[in-house]
Amino acid sequence: MIGRDELIEIRDNGLWKQNSSLVQILGLCPLLAVTTNVVNGVMLSLATIIVMGIANVAVSSLRNLIPHEIRIPVFILIVAALVTVVDLLFNAQLHELYLVLGIFIPLIVTNCIVLARVEAFANRNPPLQSAFDGLFMGVGMLWTLALLGGLRELLGGGTLFSGIDMVFPGLQPLQLLPADYPGLLLAMLPPGAFILLGCLIAWKNWVEARAAARHSRRPTLPAAPAPMTDHA
Amino acid sequence: MTPPVRNPTATAMALRTALILLIFVVAFTGLLAAAYLWTRPAIEEAAAAEKMKLISEVLPRDLYDNELLADSRRLAPAAGLGLDEESTAYLARQRGQASAIVFEAVAADGYSGRIRLLLAVAADGTLLGVRVTQHKETPGLGDYIEPRKDRNKERPWIRQFDGLSLATVGEREWRVRKDGGRFDSLAGATVTPRAVIKAVHRALQYVAENRQQLFTVEGTGK
Repeated sequence: MIGRDELIEIRDNGLWKQNSSLVQILGLCPLLAVTTNVVNGVMLSLATIIVMGIANVAVSSLRNLIPHEIRIPVFILIVAALVTVVDLLFNAQLHELYLVLGIFIPLIVTNCIVLARVEAFANRNPPLQSAFDGLFMGVGMLWTLALLGGLRELLGGGTLFSGIDMVFPGLQPLQLLPADYPGLLLAMLPPGAFILLGCLIAWKNWVEARAAARHSRRPTLPAAPAPMTDHA
Repeated sequence: MTPPVRNPTATAMALRTALILLIFVVAFTGLLAAAYLWTRPAIEEAAAAEKMKLISEVLPRDLYDNELLADSRRLAPAAGLGLDEESTAYLARQRGQASAIVFEAVAADGYSGRIRLLLAVAADGTLLGVRVTQHKETPGLGDYIEPRKDRNKERPWIRQFDGLSLATVGEREWRVRKDGGRFDSLAGATVTPRAVIKAVHRALQYVAENRQQLFTVEGTGK
């Protein structure tokens, strides 16, 4: 089925090493448009996780039937059809949730991260692995977009979790900065999103460069058996 | 089964590929059609409920006893509504008497794009309520015209319009306080409220000019 190491690798790739927003830099269009606050970022990511999981499993199951030459049109067909079906099902069956997530689902058709994972992963791997790849790529996107959205709304208006009452009626957004904080419009507009995304990418590279430097400074240990203590 | 061909011709390859693509297209189109047909009744029901919920925000329930969504009329495009396409208005009636009209208007001069409004006006010209149904104003700045986003939860900005009419508010008062009018606005975001106030004012004038046509009960087909 699926090996432990394989699962860990898929997880690490999705969450950090191949993070869709910070490393692959894919799906920027909805990313920049939507991440004006944490709630929107999380909602878009949730919708993407659902669609990416289903699309990956579908393509992975059909991968032996799809001729190599026409794989891209077939993938687009599958992704677009599945997004539309998910959109319809949500609208009909989970209308309350649809009102919150609904506007994000059509955005996913234009999100090339779905097509990218289908082409790069699901086309070459079995369905179970592909499902996990979709899930973890989506979770990687989720934390990145939540962070970006949080930074933007904090700089832009001094709030956090604005719009939370749309998802959980009764909860109130947090006002972190004083109410007379003038707001930084730039952070709310797309250029601000680009700038902050650049800062996040720089931060990720810095963390990795530091980790690499620390690693190379350490004296090389003799090849020991892999430690059994695992903290997954 | 035919024995495997070692070197299929280009035409055969192309035909085979086209056939596979066709099968995928037919299969997924079928899937879409099935999903559409299966979900349509539920979606229509939800959309109607949605519309009623929105209408209930501008029109108090005790002002009508008719089937509101069935009592609709088409309004021609009008500058007073800011609309260049037809729109639908709903006539509220109480014991057969027209009591209010619910209709859409658009403020074209928002900070970024059109602001769509839903208004309910009583037969005597009193504004019962206004809601913003669609806008692209800057999040966190101009979006307080939407009560959900307004930080003032006790008295959201848009409720200032409740109960006003052309008779009680003079021509010059339909402005933000900053411009000498009677309406509040938040510092740094006055373009948005200006546009909304102008659109509401124009819509009330439209209702005054078209009273006859809007409130005649016979006007509808059924």
